[in-house]
Amino acid sequence: MNAIKSILRWLDDRSGFSDVVLPMLRHVVPDNARWWYVFGSATLCAFMVQVISGIALATTYVPGGEAAYESLLYITNEAPLGNLLRGMHYYGATAMVILAIIHMTQVFLHAAYKYPRELNWMSGVVVLFVVLGMSFTGQLLRWDANGVWSVTVAAEMAGRAPVVGPAIAHAILGGETVGGSTLTRFFAIHVFVLPGLIFAGIGLHLWLVLRHGISEMPNPDQPVEPDTYKEDYESRLEKTGVPFWPIAAWRDTVFSVAVMALIVGCALFFGPPALGTSPDPSDINANPMPDWYFWWYFAILSMLPPELETYVILGLPVVGLIGLIIVPIWSNKGDRSPSKRPWAVGTVVFGFTALVVLTIYGYKKPWSPDFGVEPLPAQLVGSSDPAIVHGAQLVHQKGCMYCHDVDGYGGHRGPELSDIGHRLNRADLIIRINNGGYNMPSFAASLTAAELSDMVAFLQTRTNSSRQVVSDSTGAAAP
Amino acid sequence: MQEDTVDSDADRRSFLTRLSVGLAGLIGAVISLPPIGYVLSPLVRKPPRKWRDVGSLKQFPMGETKLVQFQDASSTAWAGDTAKTGAWLRRTGESEFIAFSVNCRHLGCPVRWIKDAKLFMCPCHGGVYYQDGEVAAGPPPEALARYPVRVVDGNVEIETSPIPLTTNDVA
Repeated sequence: MNAIKSILRWLDDRSGFSDVVLPMLRHVVPDNARWWYVFGSATLCAFMVQVISGIALATTYVPGGEAAYESLLYITNEAPLGNLLRGMHYYGATAMVILAIIHMTQVFLHAAYKYPRELNWMSGVVVLFVVLGMSFTGQLLRWDANGVWSVTVAAEMAGRAPVVGPAIAHAILGGETVGGSTLTRFFAIHVFVLPGLIFAGIGLHLWLVLRHGISEMPNPDQPVEPDTYKEDYESRLEKTGVPFWPIAAWRDTVFSVAVMALIVGCALFFGPPALGTSPDPSDINANPMPDWYFWWYFAILSMLPPELETYVILGLPVVGLIGLIIVPIWSNKGDRSPSKRPWAVGTVVFGFTALVVLTIYGYKKPWSPDFGVEPLPAQLVGSSDPAIVHGAQLVHQKGCMYCHDVDGYGGHRGPELSDIGHRLNRADLIIRINNGGYNMPSFAASLTAAELSDMVAFLQTRTNSSRQVVSDSTGAAAP
Repeated sequence: MQEDTVDSDADRRSFLTRLSVGLAGLIGAVISLPPIGYVLSPLVRKPPRKWRDVGSLKQFPMGETKLVQFQDASSTAWAGDTAKTGAWLRRTGESEFIAFSVNCRHLGCPVRWIKDAKLFMCPCHGGVYYQDGEVAAGPPPEALARYPVRVVDGNVEIETSPIPLTTNDVA
């Protein structure tokens, strides 16, 4: 027993644990934050889940061409605990992105980024962008058809950059096309480059927390005065501060346990995201879609006027990064309390509303043709006139319903046709179908005169928008 | 005398500082330049283009548009399926063909040929093209790209090409 004690004492003396590490753990923090400050440590906990589950997955995953897909199938379907680990890695990533954003929002609302913690904020913003880079590259490592097409879309986006665009695109692809050198690049970035940056960024972030201390809860009567702040902070902490370990830290650990339970629970109950079809770039039936973190961006790109598109594709990430980094330069003193910073509260409310609305749009993607739409059932056609029945078939067969909703069946790219009989007469319908219109192709070359006549006859019977029995806004043809 | 010692000591320190910083920079350059060159090598090393046989003439009825698949020029041994490329091949004459790239000119997603509507449609953002590849609707800024295609001894051949990028550079 004494031998063990003396070994521990020796280790402590030579390593300096009691001298250096313990004071860090016991550094004095404000006592009034309570549950507000648990999100940063929970983000770190989610990152730990990512590191550990990622290393385990990397022992089996083969980052090359076709073999990647085979190894993913093996991990998902055969390897013991493989399905659980893939799930933990996926929900861990989800948790990390969500928690990092909540953490940032809390810091922004409480203006904890003001003097002297400007660099804490800036380092956090950089780490957040690296984490988003991890999400994107991680989605690609799920090397199915969606992965292949996500790389292609990324290369096409980069290709829009002036002068250096094509070079960047080819550097992303590892060549002039998707091929054997594409996935290995993203593997190296996802497994070595970005995690290295995250470790370094978190290291700096935590060091700065120790250097400047944890901020107090905002007090409307205590605006930040850089000249006197440090002295005031120290003297207040002397009176009311508590040691981080264990007085404040227990809430962090409790919350992190809840986060971890949620990650493992989701992995167990929902499982990892399903693998799509194999990564064959010549398979044209792929329906590329980013993971949910980027649905808002997907929606923005889909709804923009094309002439603005290039500027937004290239500019938004840069403007977003710079805009967030300069927040503490913009304002590093004065009020911290949200009650005295209506613009800050407004920014958060507007930002989250936009994010949620765009994310929902990105998920529903009403701008995409609905290739899976089913023909209109006979009771909705509502006629036994052979011309009208044939017209209804043609509206499905010729692809009209990919983009137009007819009585609840069809896509939402173009206007709904459920009451088109009210809005356009026979002559107008013929002109519109033959010539096309804004964002509508001309069908003159693909319809015979008889077909056009039947189609118009059917469309003229669509006079009642209330006939709509199934109004599924996703455009999926739910029967 | 004393002054001189202080000065020479300061000189010595500043020289040694510059020496160490310079040497550290040299180490950094030597160990990072080869990796950077290695990672960027695909930009310089362009694979020679190759003609790929995609089938005999009689597989392609006049006026029809069919999906064909061929190997990229630069297929590495481990690439497998990922070295494949698709093209929409449309026969327009006895030995005349148009080979459209499957990549939408908006952001590169694979367009589908909708036979009955005689349109190419993109699942991502709803780009639509006519059968001659011209833009019919949606966000694409340009017509579908075409691959070089030829008929040799009754077989249709497509020349491998880079993924068509929609750039903003003035041609």
